Amino acid sequence: MANLYDLIIVGAGPAGITAAVYAARKRMKFLVLTGDIGGQAAWSGDIENYTGYQFVTGPDLVSKFEEHMRRYAIDFHENEEVMGISKPIGLVKVNTRKGEYTARAIIIASGKMSRELGVPGEKEFKNKGLTYCATCDGPLFSGKDVAVVGGGNSALDAALGLIRIAKSVYVVNNTVRLGGDAVMREKVEKAPNVKVINEAKVTGIAGDKMVTAIKVRTASGEESIAVQGIFVEIGLIPNSSFAGPVERNERGEIKVNCKNETNIPGIFAAGDVTDVSEKQIIIAAGEGSKAALSAFKYINQSR
Amino acid sequence: MAKKVTVYSTPTCPFCIRAKQFLKDNNIQYSDVDVSSDQTKAQEMIDRSGQMGVPVIDVDGTIVVGFDKDKIREALKLPTDG
Repeated sequence: MANLYDLIIVGAGPAGITAAVYAARKRMKFLVLTGDIGGQAAWSGDIENYTGYQFVTGPDLVSKFEEHMRRYAIDFHENEEVMGISKPIGLVKVNTRKGEYTARAIIIASGKMSRELGVPGEKEFKNKGLTYCATCDGPLFSGKDVAVVGGGNSALDAALGLIRIAKSVYVVNNTVRLGGDAVMREKVEKAPNVKVINEAKVTGIAGDKMVTAIKVRTASGEESIAVQGIFVEIGLIPNSSFAGPVERNERGEIKVNCKNETNIPGIFAAGDVTDVSEKQIIIAAGEGSKAALSAFKYINQSR
Repeated sequence: MAKKVTVYSTPTCPFCIRAKQFLKDNNIQYSDVDVSSDQTKAQEMIDRSGQMGVPVIDVDGTIVVGFDKDKIREALKLPTDG
């Protein structure tokens, strides 16, 4: 088979890029398929816990990762998301919108993405007032009324950024009180232009060309709050829907053992898409290297 | 003749940084509009792209929303990679 790869790496965040560096150094014939470069790390602000860097921004660290990877001649397909995988005996087939690829082994390092609200109007008004990246789009809402949905650290972080920019900030939280770090929570609660609405459920997004209101249900009934911006910060879900036969936990994370093996021989996984105990850039990178070395051993043994 | 390229961005948006780096890597001259400090330009971006997400890249009037390399390449008539 002319186009049989040793290995296909799905994703190019810290785990996928590190796996690629290790695979290149083992002189494996491999391919990287990914939507973007950097994954969540590219969206991170200040990083102060990646050893060797006392301080680095997400985009800068990702550039360093990419530069390191590109030192090797790598078959790298960006903007090519994986749609499905299947497992004929001894091989793995991977499908994308652009083609089908076959390898002896695969590493799934596709990370996590923002959880969606799943309410009417969300799809229509995405980027039309509704956004999942407060750091990116926040400055466009200067002097406007906005809502942040969520009650954890990422929601508090978004709210703190918006307090300085927007006219008023509603924080729509579905629990009894805000979670997250006490220091951030207090800052949000004390800000004069913030209104926290606890035990509230978002039921819909309304607008014409752009967002005009968020519909919220509380114990006292449903109300429509006039806002021009909605920032959804309700956590992350693993990008594992394409992984078909691979076993996952109740959160949708791919189950791996200490060698990054899944329940299916030849299919490995690494980083935030897995059930690894902590989600950190440095852990994802370490897991990526471990997965590449495990895949290398597997391929040599199965040849 | 060189195409007129404008990038509407915010300083805190990672994909804006990557989009600008991509243009630099391909030796494309562009003007950078920071919509966080210029409300008129922010409104101009919203009117022209029909949405509020950054980055927006304008190549001679062709609007590309987001850091979509394939569409940016197409608009700039750059060769595709891979």
